[in-house]
Amino acid sequence: MKRRNFVKKAVLGTMTTVIGAEIVFGNVLPEGYQPLALQDPDPFKMFDKDKEMVVLNDKPWNIEAKAHLLDDKITPNKFMFIRNNGIIPEDIDIGKWTLTIDGESAKQTKTYTLEELKSKFSQHTYQLTLECGGNGRSEFDPPAKGNQWTIGAVSCATWTGVRLRDILEDVGIKSDAVYIGYHAADVHLSRDPKKEPISRGAPLPKVMQDETLVAFKMNGKDIPLAHGYPLRLVAGGWPASVSGKWINRISVRNIVHDGTKMTGTAYRVPCNPVAPGEKVKDEDMCIIESMPVKSLITYPKTGATIQQGKKLNIRGHAWAGELEVSKMEYSIDFGSTWKECAIEKPANRLAWQHFTANVDFPKKGYYEVWARATDARGISQPMLLPGWNPKGYLNNASHRIAIKVA
Amino acid sequence: MEDHKKFKQQVRAIYRLMVVLFGLFAVAAISVLYLLSNPSLFEKSKPEAEYVAVVEEDDYDKIENGIHVRTGLIEAEGLMAVVNNCTNCHSAKLVTQNRMNKERWISTIRWMQETQNLWDLGNNEDMIVDYLVTNYPPSNKGRREVLKDIEWYELKD
Repeated sequence: MKRRNFVKKAVLGTMTTVIGAEIVFGNVLPEGYQPLALQDPDPFKMFDKDKEMVVLNDKPWNIEAKAHLLDDKITPNKFMFIRNNGIIPEDIDIGKWTLTIDGESAKQTKTYTLEELKSKFSQHTYQLTLECGGNGRSEFDPPAKGNQWTIGAVSCATWTGVRLRDILEDVGIKSDAVYIGYHAADVHLSRDPKKEPISRGAPLPKVMQDETLVAFKMNGKDIPLAHGYPLRLVAGGWPASVSGKWINRISVRNIVHDGTKMTGTAYRVPCNPVAPGEKVKDEDMCIIESMPVKSLITYPKTGATIQQGKKLNIRGHAWAGELEVSKMEYSIDFGSTWKECAIEKPANRLAWQHFTANVDFPKKGYYEVWARATDARGISQPMLLPGWNPKGYLNNASHRIAIKVA
Repeated sequence: MEDHKKFKQQVRAIYRLMVVLFGLFAVAAISVLYLLSNPSLFEKSKPEAEYVAVVEEDDYDKIENGIHVRTGLIEAEGLMAVVNNCTNCHSAKLVTQNRMNKERWISTIRWMQETQNLWDLGNNEDMIVDYLVTNYPPSNKGRREVLKDIEWYELKD
């Protein structure tokens, strides 16, 4: 019931995003009346997602893509995964929306309206890769608790906003500042107003990067509701949970931010490698920063049958957290031999890179095409699962598709 | 004779009074009963029409092919305890997509109690844990699984 209410209220402002058309007489809709289009609980319609997207969880909403859906160079909304920790904010009034900078290491507490943010600071646009820290969790053995993402919790969209650095310089930060933590308008699943569903952040060097934005546009339009409308922190290359949605406050901290899902085991992996299933104490868990090197074959869709003698064109994307991908390879013999393939430079730092190859198969039969990216430091994707960790993060094992030559 | 008439009139008057009183009493009793069963009668009706999911009572907890349709949970002993205790805050999908042994299901419950406002499950806890371990146990996946559920199609270009 509440969810429908939120949709109605939030959406009268952003009706266009949800229905894809303006509600002409929206201002005279009787109070309490919900437009027919919004009475439908269908998440694909509600969030404007493609029908092939996979719903992992509907409370909170968690939806992922499949590899072949991510074929676009710039991910459109309909193929972008949703990872929510709480309930999407229910009363969004963009006229009243503000961003407050506070915290023990801010020289002052300062509040900006959306208009002030847009007019006061210069705007920048980047393609930024956002991958959920738990992408690939479903493959870990013993299994890790949480949403069982396969490969589709990654996207690279165009984000437009102002630099967080510019805002912090305007406010002034003290020399003991080490971290920022965001606070947002989403609601805890238990509806306890004292609890935040998630309040993560980043250390100062990441915060001060050119590409770390307080964004208000995705792919040139208002950010869709499920992705953080009207204001989102975007820190490409790091677990997407750093890129807080619906943000209304950023605290400048003199300690590592200790908000919800910063402490304990959340978004942390063992500081030293452990055996599968081993117990790890909280104090031996370290916060994930840059995501590891990874790639996806986005064309063709797995399961393709081709005729003998025909070559197969494959393509996809590769990314490496803070780093650039320097080499891309594929194998059709389970890693016995690897062939290097063409990979483009990123559109900007932290954008994923596109690769293509023309694959020859020696004879009829069943094949798997495996993809392997290598980052600028010479570190490659493993073919098997990387180090097991209690929460199942950072699975960057090679992606593979099945092919039959008939 | 006069007395007799007077007496008759008095009886009739008392009778009428009794009828009226009884009628009033009956009306009052019915009103009270109605109010008890529907306490919101005199509350101002809300102009905001909250959207209420209309559920046919018969189908609410329907089981189909061993699956509780409303939640997707497997039908087995303890199902309703799980539905009633584990799907208030989060979706049942968070249960059905996970696989854990007894120790880890219990530690997940403790974590929810410590941090997520989950209540004490009391006598239901054993039943819930048994249900979860029996129906959602871990399976060995090894270091990398074979590709499964491939939908073959002919690639034309």
